[in-house]
Amino acid sequence: MNDPASKIESRSGVERSLDNAFYWSAKLLAFAIAGVLVWITIQVAIAAMPAIKEFGLKFLFSSSWNPVKDQYGVWPAIYGTIVSSAIALAISVPIGLGAAIFLSEDYLHPAMQRVIVFLVELLAAVPSVVYGLWGIFVLIPFLKGFTPLKGQGMLPAALILSVMILPTIAAIARDAITNVDIGLRQASFGLGATRWETIMQIILPAASSGIIGGIMLALGRALGETMAVTMLIGNSNRVAASIFAPSNTVSSLLANQFAEASGLQVAALMYAALILFVITLVVNVLAQLLVTRMQRI
Amino acid sequence: MTSPHLEKSAYGEISLKRNPASPRTLFGLVMSSIAGLFTIAAIVPLFIILSYLIGKGISSLSASVFTELPPPPLVDGGGFGNAILGTVLMVGIGALISIPLGIMAAIYLSEFNEGKAAEWIRFATNVLSGVPSIIVGVFAYGVIVLTFKTYSAWAGGFALSILMLPIIVRTTDESLKLVPQDVRQASVGIGANQYQTVLQVVLPAALPAIITGITLAIARAAGETAPLLFTALFTQFWPNWDALLAEPTASLAVLVYNFAIVPFKNQQELAWGAAFILVLLVLFTSVLSRLATAKRTY
Repeated sequence: MNDPASKIESRSGVERSLDNAFYWSAKLLAFAIAGVLVWITIQVAIAAMPAIKEFGLKFLFSSSWNPVKDQYGVWPAIYGTIVSSAIALAISVPIGLGAAIFLSEDYLHPAMQRVIVFLVELLAAVPSVVYGLWGIFVLIPFLKGFTPLKGQGMLPAALILSVMILPTIAAIARDAITNVDIGLRQASFGLGATRWETIMQIILPAASSGIIGGIMLALGRALGETMAVTMLIGNSNRVAASIFAPSNTVSSLLANQFAEASGLQVAALMYAALILFVITLVVNVLAQLLVTRMQRI
Repeated sequence: MTSPHLEKSAYGEISLKRNPASPRTLFGLVMSSIAGLFTIAAIVPLFIILSYLIGKGISSLSASVFTELPPPPLVDGGGFGNAILGTVLMVGIGALISIPLGIMAAIYLSEFNEGKAAEWIRFATNVLSGVPSIIVGVFAYGVIVLTFKTYSAWAGGFALSILMLPIIVRTTDESLKLVPQDVRQASVGIGANQYQTVLQVVLPAALPAIITGITLAIARAAGETAPLLFTALFTQFWPNWDALLAEPTASLAVLVYNFAIVPFKNQQELAWGAAFILVLLVLFTSVLSRLATAKRTY
């Protein structure tokens, strides 16, 4: 700068290509992340091919899982996955929504509110296998005391699942509620509505897409949750009507059998994994679309 | 209806006054109490689980637990030194893959924001974070275990890296966005290149928040079990350096699973101890990241 001879020069070729290389490597790696999703799909689908060819769509509705005869069907696991997720949602949606409303209104001092929001979020950070451990040694003995439960079964698995997905619902519902334009709330109060009339008729409808998105994200998590469910559900490959009976889910089927499987059984498990992957993918994509829409409003 | 100012309610009060017995007020009261109770119900499980972990976890910890190998059934003593080392190794492999990849991807999203493409990649990142961890395990099994015909720490680390990736991308993306535009303009103004601006100005400014995100990703990965079940498997022995880690490798998370479902008291106690360490790690990093993000300088 102090040198009077210095003048503005265009960048050297090396500098330009460094800059370009930096840009392109960042771009490449960013696209690689989307690529990972495609890679997972292709990899699992290819490995599942032998089973897809062998069983076709019958795989979905057949109940026999017999490695000795090489007969495979995942209906009991799909049934268990749907039932456990449904029970978990039935419990955690009202609780999560109630907590979200309570923590977005002015019931508590803001500092206190932040602490409780953080505590609810911590529930999501506890590893799944720790929930399973706690379920085996605390929840199941407790439930045995006053229900027909004999050991592992659908009920403890679904209960733990509801605790695990609660923070997702509560956090995203709270975000959606606090994102609602304050003008709507003030207008409603101005017209003489009470707090709960405002919540039920103005705030919740306005926040509905975010809330539903949160519930669907929680559903996606419940469908794919593995360790805690595997440890608690009993892994019995039968469709049982009772919630006190052992059952199975797709993810616990994978967790239990994959390490010891060989031949067509691996392909059948890959097929089951592919089904689970596609279902959770659809649920997640819908959820993301709803949540993103909420953020734009 | 006559003028509202003169109207009397059934209780003889002027209607503009709050009526504690009106159905509208009662409905609000009931709903508020239910919402309050639900909030308590939401945080009670955390305290119950933590109290059990502290109660059962601390009592099973001792110095030997960190250095010894897991005991066979019915044998007293022992520890999970190999599982701690295995977890550190595999999370380390996962971090080595996912940190550079994730940070570069986030730089593209935040610094070279190109509208639609960045939107789509953010979307894909969010969807990737929703992929069940067991599916990631199946994928890593197909990619690494089937190719190299052996369970290994590498396969486990690869699976963990895919789970860490979306967390790192998202937190880095968010922390880069918090760096004010002025900083970038000042850098370009004094003649810096794009890569100089990003690597020497923007990235250092966002570094504390990025490190927080990485810590969070590491803590989450350390607790992941499903992706390790059939990629790293488990072993009673120390990681094998001579085999270049291409052998089954123990981890804390899989140890909790294996020892929780056996009927042997000694192994069960070790499971509680390992679970306590995992939760401590997660709690510590969560609180730390919360404190760090609360004190944002920008």
